Amino acid sequence: MKKTSDLDSPAAVELDEPVPTANPVAGIDQTRGDFKYDVAYEFDAGTGLNERTVDYISSVKKEAAWIRDFRHHALKVFRAKPMPTHWATRDLENIDFDKIRYYLAQGQKPKRTWEEVPDDIKKTFERLGIPEQERKYLAGVEAQFDSEAAYSNVKDIVAKQGVIFMNSTEALREHPDIFRKWFGKVIPTSDNKFSALNSAVFSGGSFIYVPKGVKVAQPLQAYFRINAENFGQFERTLIIADEGAEVTYMEGCTAPKFSTSTLHSAVVELVALKGAKIQYITVQNWANNVFNLVTKRGLAHEEAEIKWIDCNIGSRLTMKYPGVVLKGRKARGEVISIALANDGQHQDTGAKMIHAADETSSNVVSKSISVGQGRATYRGQIHIPRRLKGCKNNTECDALLINTNSRTDTYPAITVRGDRNYVQHEASVSKVNEEMIFYMQQRGLTEGQAMSLAVNGFINDLARQFPMEYSVELKRLIDLEMEGSVG
Amino acid sequence: MSSLVIQDLHVSIGDKEIVKGLSLTIRSGEVHAIMGPNGTGKSTLAKVAAGHPDYTVTKGDILLDGASILEKEADERARAGLFLAFQYPSEIPGVSIANFLRAAVQARLPEGEEIDATAYYKRLYAKMDMLKIDRKFTSRAVNEGFSGGEKKRCEILQMAMLEPKFALMDETDSGLDIDALRIVAEGVNALRGPNLGVLLITHYQRLLNYIVPDFVHVMYDGRIVKSGDKSLALELEAKGYDWVKKELALANA
Repeated sequence: MKKTSDLDSPAAVELDEPVPTANPVAGIDQTRGDFKYDVAYEFDAGTGLNERTVDYISSVKKEAAWIRDFRHHALKVFRAKPMPTHWATRDLENIDFDKIRYYLAQGQKPKRTWEEVPDDIKKTFERLGIPEQERKYLAGVEAQFDSEAAYSNVKDIVAKQGVIFMNSTEALREHPDIFRKWFGKVIPTSDNKFSALNSAVFSGGSFIYVPKGVKVAQPLQAYFRINAENFGQFERTLIIADEGAEVTYMEGCTAPKFSTSTLHSAVVELVALKGAKIQYITVQNWANNVFNLVTKRGLAHEEAEIKWIDCNIGSRLTMKYPGVVLKGRKARGEVISIALANDGQHQDTGAKMIHAADETSSNVVSKSISVGQGRATYRGQIHIPRRLKGCKNNTECDALLINTNSRTDTYPAITVRGDRNYVQHEASVSKVNEEMIFYMQQRGLTEGQAMSLAVNGFINDLARQFPMEYSVELKRLIDLEMEGSVG
Repeated sequence: MSSLVIQDLHVSIGDKEIVKGLSLTIRSGEVHAIMGPNGTGKSTLAKVAAGHPDYTVTKGDILLDGASILEKEADERARAGLFLAFQYPSEIPGVSIANFLRAAVQARLPEGEEIDATAYYKRLYAKMDMLKIDRKFTSRAVNEGFSGGEKKRCEILQMAMLEPKFALMDETDSGLDIDALRIVAEGVNALRGPNLGVLLITHYQRLLNYIVPDFVHVMYDGRIVKSGDKSLALELEAKGYDWVKKELALANA
């Protein structure tokens, strides 16, 4: 951020200051992400899903028997569960599980230094800005290319504090005890059809353990890249913050535009032990043929805090409802989400807050923007049982419609029993005001620029909660999405 | 020297004709006041000149420096040097005045050229100092929750930053408080100069106690029916609009 000493009024620190560096957040700009290289995969599970696919993945990874059993069980659950089309969109029926490739990798061990990364993969990540990012301000970075991490590095200073940051495949081998203790405990295999699918074929994703009392000053970042057509990416992330620990994790996702659909189905589990704080930030900008069906949930123990900041741009269909199970007294959960649905896109997002202890509090703020024929859906679930007291929930969801054919739906489900708890819900739908656009045009902004500014204003209070680099990138992404939305 | 020329302008909204053959020429450095009873088309004139999409020009032309602007979009007209100070400016939630003005200044730069943020803020603060505006003001969202006076201050600041060739000031609201009037007047007087032409639209003479116009026009039923110097405003104040109506009736009889 450029600032001079004589300009110290609040106006000078507005968040749209130009950032002199190009692409501050690695790879979430789809215009920058829309390219691919032909990669010779060393490991390929082929097309389609059956027991042999699961065995292949497990064998290649040299997994322990319990993991192989876990996968086989999950495959059964996946097959038994129907598509949730009784409440979700029928577009799910267009996923052809027999045409998807479930495992593609170039090697089994991620490289620790940039020089070791194979050239074709290195080219991809360099184009997306990963190495510069790492040098600049990250405590650690991991870059996943299709099924496996291609590069993984954590800064010495963070490693010395005892922080473990590696991909899940490695963590299962190197830290099986701690991994197994929490793995699948926050999100059971049978949670939903896609968590079961992930449990059967998962590969890659991040594993983080922050020891007691350690506060990781800089964010850890992971970057997920789909490179192959018809590919399914099924990363599995598990983050554990031990008592009093604090960590911020950020992920960015892109894929090139393919003519056929691609599937991304992750499972992310967070565990915040007593007094710990986890902040999980996602900015995804998938190409618009990606089915993005992700299950994310955190478990907050006593006085712990879990905050999801979720920004969904792109994809054909995103279904994602980050949740927090408030298990310990005075635990806090928060979901801040921004969704932008453009032509041909459906953002079906929301939040779940399961209160399971006294004096727990949760906050959900969701803003969606529907552009052209885009559709944004908010689904919320707030649950406070009768036996609890002193629980609080605040839910706000606001939808902005840009064009007359844009669509938004809101399905909030709030179950609060007992009379010792407090819940507040606000929702609004607004259409971009024509007088406001004229006002902005009268100041010299084109109709597109005016729309873009209106949208950025709409999400400004949420964007401020993003790290500076992300909020600047978010603004740019919105500008790109709003181009051509008028007329 | 710039000119804004309105030639035999006819304007309709839907089937209803509101402006019925209005001609007026404004040059740089001049301050013109248009006065008239409510509902005679004064605000319409300002909006049409700025390119509001609700109105249709059925006849006549508006020329900025000799070239017609009627085919231009509102934003093109703005960038060409036309500024409209709104009677009821819109709120833009979540967008600070500083960011809004910055986007407006950026929109005036050639394609590919980035605004120099440091120079921008320097200029912004210089203008704010000149207009005696507190620096905290520009970090507020545009017009959101503003009082009448603050809205006027915001319009004047934008006008100062965008340095238009011509400012059309729609101050027809009879409900303007004295404070808001003073802010507009002080702003216009501060910005008045050889490079700016002003068209001041007002219902009441009292604004002209603070801004002394070079020309005064009386608008009635979609036309300018009388023009003169500042003394015309005083005469109007003394005799009321009925005087104009009667004169017109006599002339038409």
